[in-house]
Order: sequence, then structure tokens, then C-alpha cells
Amino acid sequence: MAQFFYHTLAGQIILMLLETLAVLVPLLIGVAYLTLMERKVMAAMQRRRGPNVNGPFGLLQAFADAIKMIMKETVIPAGANRALFLFAPFLTFSLAMLAWAVIPTGNGLAVADINVGILYLLAISSLGVYGILIAGWASNSKYAFLGGLRSAAQMVSYEVSIGLVIVSVLLAVGSLNLNDIVLAQRHVWFCLPMFPMFIVFFISALAETNRAPFDLPEGESELVAGFFVEYSSLAFGLFFLGEYANMILMSGMISILFLGGWLPPLGLAPFTWIPGPLWLIFKILFCLFVFIWIRATFPRFRYDQLMRLGWKVFLPLSLVWMIATAGFLMATGLLPQVGGVN
Amino acid sequence: MPSVLGDYAPVLVFGAISVVIAAAMLGMALVCGQQKPYPEKVTAYECGFEAFDDARRRFDVRFYLVAILFIIFDLEVAFLFPWAVSLSRIGLFGFLSMLGFLSVLGIGFLYEWRKGALDWD
Repeated sequence: MAQFFYHTLAGQIILMLLETLAVLVPLLIGVAYLTLMERKVMAAMQRRRGPNVNGPFGLLQAFADAIKMIMKETVIPAGANRALFLFAPFLTFSLAMLAWAVIPTGNGLAVADINVGILYLLAISSLGVYGILIAGWASNSKYAFLGGLRSAAQMVSYEVSIGLVIVSVLLAVGSLNLNDIVLAQRHVWFCLPMFPMFIVFFISALAETNRAPFDLPEGESELVAGFFVEYSSLAFGLFFLGEYANMILMSGMISILFLGGWLPPLGLAPFTWIPGPLWLIFKILFCLFVFIWIRATFPRFRYDQLMRLGWKVFLPLSLVWMIATAGFLMATGLLPQVGGVN
Repeated sequence: MPSVLGDYAPVLVFGAISVVIAAAMLGMALVCGQQKPYPEKVTAYECGFEAFDDARRRFDVRFYLVAILFIIFDLEVAFLFPWAVSLSRIGLFGFLSMLGFLSVLGIGFLYEWRKGALDWD
């Protein structure tokens, strides 16, 4: 049996398929329940009950929503480019799934433990802009067009500071491998020595995922729903699921870069009993809770404020911090030693 | 199997499955939902008005400026990645070279700032 799985091509492919499903199935269930969690947490913060009819505590609400969406008509506007119109949600959703291939859930436990993991994540999350831009363009509707443009400009603006924050973390790690990034935090999580960068990354993550208070692209009161105003049925559903999968992904990135990934907070007995993947899930849930908490608390930004924050505050701040980190590590000789061929 | 292919094969499999799931969901909605389009339903949404004209029209040039700025800074980040992980081996010379590069970029950034390319009013 082991012979078949590890030494034949077919066996290896079946093994990869199983590994992929082991990540994707919990992820999809997680996305479905994140929508419920958001509604429940927001309801609690506004002294309401939230969904409580379908199943105990409304736990079947996610499935009711899914079935409703499947049964709806997929309206394709007459002026739209049909192929691109359907391709956009497809792209957004697949990319949101694809990024999960490299996330390590335990020491060496990733579907693909590639040595440029963080670069892969950055690349895949950058491609997300295309889905939104294509949707805005293909709909041939003014609201969708403006929403798509705004969203693209917002996402690329905050991507620059995300990149610089990642570089300052990499300076302290000396590797692009996500597993090594987590292992470098064995003694102290990066959210403590790099606290300002942690905050910058967190806020940029909100802007990247178009979450409140940066949900301008879909600002209901001005753009109706932004780039997906013309979408219905599961074409809309795919955008929706993709957005929530991206939220979980961003929380995962925050956990891995700053909160020690699967590592327990202290290497002591009661903490080490809980397995690594559970720690990662706790941290992701914590980040998601803060995402929702922020949505329930803050009013929406104005677009000029959003651009000013991205370009005039976060970009200079993260650039200076990155140079300062490099200078500090050089001066104190604390730079991680990189091995490899000479 | 060469090691690069071995490393990335799971990514390919992962991609294939995500594409299949996305396609299945789109297809399921197209099959299960009733499709009854009529001319009013498939017009572009404009708050109840008839659509005035085509949506593909001129838009603010500042979006274009943001895109240009993004290309510059994202390229810079792409340069910084290999620099950051190999800093211990390239030493002070590498550090100062990157400082020189960043200061040139910083001057450009200041110029844009003073020119008002970053203002949205």
C-alpha cells in the first residue's frame, strides 16, 4: 500500500488529491460558517439575535443560503461580454482557493511546501485584482465599472505596503518558505518586536479584502453593490465565497507572519498538548473576529482618506521601518545566516 | 521526477480541483435555476432608469496614475525580496547599494507627493 502511494505516479497523484481535499473541504465549510459567524457576531454587537430559525442557533442557515442561491436565475445583462462576465467570479473564487495550497497548518504540513511560499501568496493575492476589474468591465454597467476601478486602485495601493511589511519580516527570517517563517518565531512572535508593522499589515489586509471600513468599492449607499451589482445566483455567490475565503486567507497570513502560525503561545506543558493546526485555527478565528468587530464599529472611509492613508502614511512608514529593521539587524549582527550553495 | 516539478505538482493538482469546484458551482446554478430572461430584466441596472449610454466611457486619469505608481513600487518590492533574504551574505555593500536605490526612488516619491499625484480631492 505505502509502496503504491509513494513510489508510483498514480499513487502520488491520488495522495495529492486527498491532501488537497483535506484542505479545501474544511475551508469551504469554514467559509460557509464564516458568513453565519459574521451575522451572529454583528447581531450580538447590535443586541439582536441574528439568524436563529434554520436549525439550532441558526446553524443550518449557511446551507439554506446556498440552496437559495443555486435555485436563482443567473441573469446576464444584454450589454455584457458573456464569457468575461462568467469568467470573473470563476477566477476570483479559484484564486481564493488556490492560495491555500502553500499555507502550512503544522510543522511541514502544507499541501505544497515550496521554498518561495510567501512570494507565491503575494502573487496569487495580486491576481485577485483581475477578477474584480474584469467583472466591473464585463458588466457594462456604470456602477459596476466605477466600483471595479475603485476596488482595483484600492487593492494595488495597499498591496505596496503589504509587500514592504512582508520584506521587513523576511529580513528577520532569511527565507521565503512559510514553514521557516513560522519556525523563526519560536522565541518571540513577530507581532511584538514589529508591532507597528503588524498594525499596518492588519489594516492593509482589511483594505485588500474590501472589508469595512474600506468597503468603498461596494459602498451600498453610493454604488449599490460596486463591481458585482449585475451578478445574481451562484455567479454572485462565487464572488461572495471568494471574498470570505480571502478574509480567511488574510487572517492566515497575519497568523503566519506575526502570530507564530501553528506555534503555541508558550512552549510549556498545557499549551503544547493542543496540536498545531488547532492553534492556527484559533489564531485565524481571532483575526476574523477582529475583522467583524471592526465592521460593526467603524463608519466607512472616504475615498480620498483611503488613498491618503495608503500612499502618504502606510507606504512611507513601512519603507522607513523596513530600512530601519535592515540597519538594526546589520548593526547588531542579528541577521539570520543564510545557508545554501556558495 | 525533477525536484521543481515535484514541489509544484501539488499546486497544479490544487489548481485543477479549485477550477473544477468553481466550474461545478457555476454550472449547477445554470442548470438548477430557471432561466427566463426578458428585455427589461437584462438591461444594465441604473436605479430604475433606462440606461443612458454605454458604460465604457472616459474615467478619471488618477486611476491611471495610481496604476503607474503601483508598478514602480511593486517592482521595487520584487527587488527587495531576494535582497532581504540574502542580506547576511551580501553584507554592508549590499545594504548600501539598496540604500542608494531606495533613495533614488524616495526622491521620485517626494517629487510625486509635491506634484500632488497622491492627492484625491
